[in-house]
Amino acid sequence: MMTRASISAVAALTLLSATAATGQDNASRRTFSSGYRFVEMTGEELFANVCQGCHMPDATGATGAGTYPSLAGNKTLEAGSYPIFLIVNGRRGMPAFGDMMNDGQVAAVVNYVRTHFGNDFQDAVTAKDVQDARH
Amino acid sequence: MPVQNGPVIKRRDLLALIGTIAGSSAMYHAMTSLGFTSESAYKGPLKLAGDPKGASVLILGAGLAGMTAALELRKAGYKVQVLEFNSRPGGRNWTIRGGDSFTELGGFKQNCEFEQGLYINPGPWRIPYHHRALLDYCRRLNVVLEPFIQLNHNAYLHAGRAFDGKPQRIRSIKADFQGQVSELLAKVTQQGKLDETVTKEDQEILLQSLRAWGALDRDYKYNANLGSAEFRGYARDPGGGLTADPLPSDPIPLSAILRSQVWRYLQAFSRYNVQTTMFQPVGGMDMIGKAFAREVGDLIRYNAKVTQIQQNGSGVTVSYVDTTNPSAVQQATADWCVCTIPLPILSQLPLDVSAPMRNAIESLPYAASVKIGLQFKRRFWEEDEAIYGGISFTDLPIRQIAYPNYGFNRAGRGILLGAYLFEGANAYEFTAMTPAERVASAVEFGAKIHPQYKAEFETGVAVAWHRVPFTLGCAGEWTEAGRAQHYRNLCQIDGRIVLAGEHASDLPAWQEGAILSSLDAITRLHERVVKT
Repeated sequence: MMTRASISAVAALTLLSATAATGQDNASRRTFSSGYRFVEMTGEELFANVCQGCHMPDATGATGAGTYPSLAGNKTLEAGSYPIFLIVNGRRGMPAFGDMMNDGQVAAVVNYVRTHFGNDFQDAVTAKDVQDARH
Repeated sequence: MPVQNGPVIKRRDLLALIGTIAGSSAMYHAMTSLGFTSESAYKGPLKLAGDPKGASVLILGAGLAGMTAALELRKAGYKVQVLEFNSRPGGRNWTIRGGDSFTELGGFKQNCEFEQGLYINPGPWRIPYHHRALLDYCRRLNVVLEPFIQLNHNAYLHAGRAFDGKPQRIRSIKADFQGQVSELLAKVTQQGKLDETVTKEDQEILLQSLRAWGALDRDYKYNANLGSAEFRGYARDPGGGLTADPLPSDPIPLSAILRSQVWRYLQAFSRYNVQTTMFQPVGGMDMIGKAFAREVGDLIRYNAKVTQIQQNGSGVTVSYVDTTNPSAVQQATADWCVCTIPLPILSQLPLDVSAPMRNAIESLPYAASVKIGLQFKRRFWEEDEAIYGGISFTDLPIRQIAYPNYGFNRAGRGILLGAYLFEGANAYEFTAMTPAERVASAVEFGAKIHPQYKAEFETGVAVAWHRVPFTLGCAGEWTEAGRAQHYRNLCQIDGRIVLAGEHASDLPAWQEGAILSSLDAITRLHERVVKT
């Protein structure tokens, strides 16, 4: 897990390279989906390519005029059904990803977040749980 | 000069006459029959008749919806104040220029190093001809417009796995697709396969039209010849003197076009929302926000972050903090409130509204969208490729490359829109990157279409709308079901509060939607105020 200080260091590096980022081979090392749905399959990659857009690489969220909640050490993740519901349906600024991820993808990213960033909920959710939540 | 004989009654005079005698509904029918009516919901400058008797309105947000409300309500006699989170007017009506800096959520800061005079519009960037309200405000507020070029026949259609990865000119794909489809239809017509559905006489006319529409030869075939070259372009253009004779070019086989999927872009140019003529303000989209602020800037309190919205039977109280000194909570009060705060933010605030409106506010997600501006040492797309404005489409994750519609044919630097992502997986994937990674990826992908990128790229900026602190998303992403369930609840006046903005319109993500929503909201609000 990254600390606040190391995040700032990453941000600073990013700044330095912003104008020099010409020939770097970034794109070929990342996964890009080809259509409307995500092709990323693992929880780790789904988090890095989707969730961290708002919840940030260290999952601590961010605040502007409104807030993206921190997922780090977050007790509301204790019931696995809660993040499943939010990912599938969206709510309050959280987009719905039900049409962009299949059941296995939703389960994978929920399990990843619930066992990382200071969370330690070992009761893994399943694709079946996600399927049930869709109705 | 044309000479006019006798008394001529102009159409407008006639309409005024009909309006006076018969009332507005007769006038509307007359307008329709004279082919004069506009499809727009905009009915001309707002006239709020009746005395608000000193009523006050607090407007939350100084984007186009908020500033429209401020301008019109003050004119109607209201006491108006506006709270705005940013330190500038406009909201998503925004232009980034050299010297600007922008810090997105997560603390990633970008300093724009564009050359002076070059800019990118990270939000709205084009105005359709039928956005009558926005165009009217531009005229009234002296915002100078220039053409926004949506369709450039010489821009590219590109598919990573087709045509050996080589981008194809839009004109060639269009001519070849149209030509070969025409050839097929001509063939079945001649084989008598349409005899049951099309009369013989009409078949003759159909064949003529297919020959013209598809650039077919005498035998109704689409071939490499000077006839098809007039549409798809030449292998050698017509010239002068001893090198004058043009050479035809070879069509791309229909099968290759079909499999490439690039045909799907052709009809996109015909969509009502992006049909020519389109416009952009000279100097950047934020010229509109600045023009509004010239009118109502004195009413706006900047750097005001709203933290709570309360109402009771007698008025509205809004708590806010100054973002430069957030420790002290301040309050603003008024009789009424027009709230244009984007819903991802509003849904998190303590807000006194009814359950159905609260449910609507919490239910509308905002779309992911990313725009990336790239500065190059020279305008190679013009110098090397004769692309002046317009958009190339690709199935690469950058989706579009848009060429600047200003500074044509000038020497020196220029800026491309190097990626425009809206909805879909790639928009989220680009949002999840750092700004520098987004720019680097846009350069790498764009180089597959314009190899000059690698040598000419200088600097870029990338805006991912979910990381924009003042919106937390691009625009309301309505579904049909969501709209059926929540839209009316979102737009109703709730006690003393009414919402406005593109999210409360049927033109989501368009500036016209923000303005029409605002005009509709304040018209209803004013009716209520005058009645009470």
